[in-house]
Amino acid sequence: MACFLVPMGESVIMSIVQRIVEKREKKSGKLNTEKNKLSMSSKISWLNKLLWGGSALLAIEHIWHGEVVPWFPFLTAMESPEETSAMLNEISTNGIFMAIAVTIVWVIMVIISDKMEKVRDISVEKSKSSV
Amino acid sequence: MYFILTCLAAVITTLLWYIKSPENKYKLGFLSLIYWGATIMWFIDHLIGYLIERGEIFEINLDATMLGIVVIITGLVIWEISLLISDPKKVIVK
Repeated sequence: MACFLVPMGESVIMSIVQRIVEKREKKSGKLNTEKNKLSMSSKISWLNKLLWGGSALLAIEHIWHGEVVPWFPFLTAMESPEETSAMLNEISTNGIFMAIAVTIVWVIMVIISDKMEKVRDISVEKSKSSV
Repeated sequence: MYFILTCLAAVITTLLWYIKSPENKYKLGFLSLIYWGATIMWFIDHLIGYLIERGEIFEINLDATMLGIVVIITGLVIWEISLLISDPKKVIVK
């Protein structure tokens, strides 16, 4: 009904967070100095792409099913109180679980990326010490 | 069916991104993340529908197939707009 609104809301917040982190990294010079390591802002951008992209494609699905319309109140479920409560129920279950699932996948991606960077650092140090 | 088609698009674009790596000129990573985001969200949506309402996990009919194709095209359009804005080959702005 409107479950995509929760991940969309998270993507708005995370886009602001990404901008703030980017500014801080530019100020501290982390964006340029650590060339072999991915910056935190680029890792947050993965989450934003997952959330924005997913929300956009889910919005298309809702338009296709006639649940989102181009006139006020934009959501057909808001035309009757029964449907509105069903919509709110869906937002609080499906929407929240969707946002949590995407965030968990992103956390796993970041952990794997961090571990791979550490392994690469160790192998570079080993090759330097052997020379 | 749209869930399966989007998942397939995500797998293929990830494969293409890996083949082209480390070069990321055409932002294939961006395209794959768009499809993966939708795939994860629909997986959760279908799973909850199945567990609570005993709905179908895989909706296989013409309407769902057409929706899947529209979703894939929308993803490609978003990616192409992003590609044209960044213009990595400097075709638009020389």
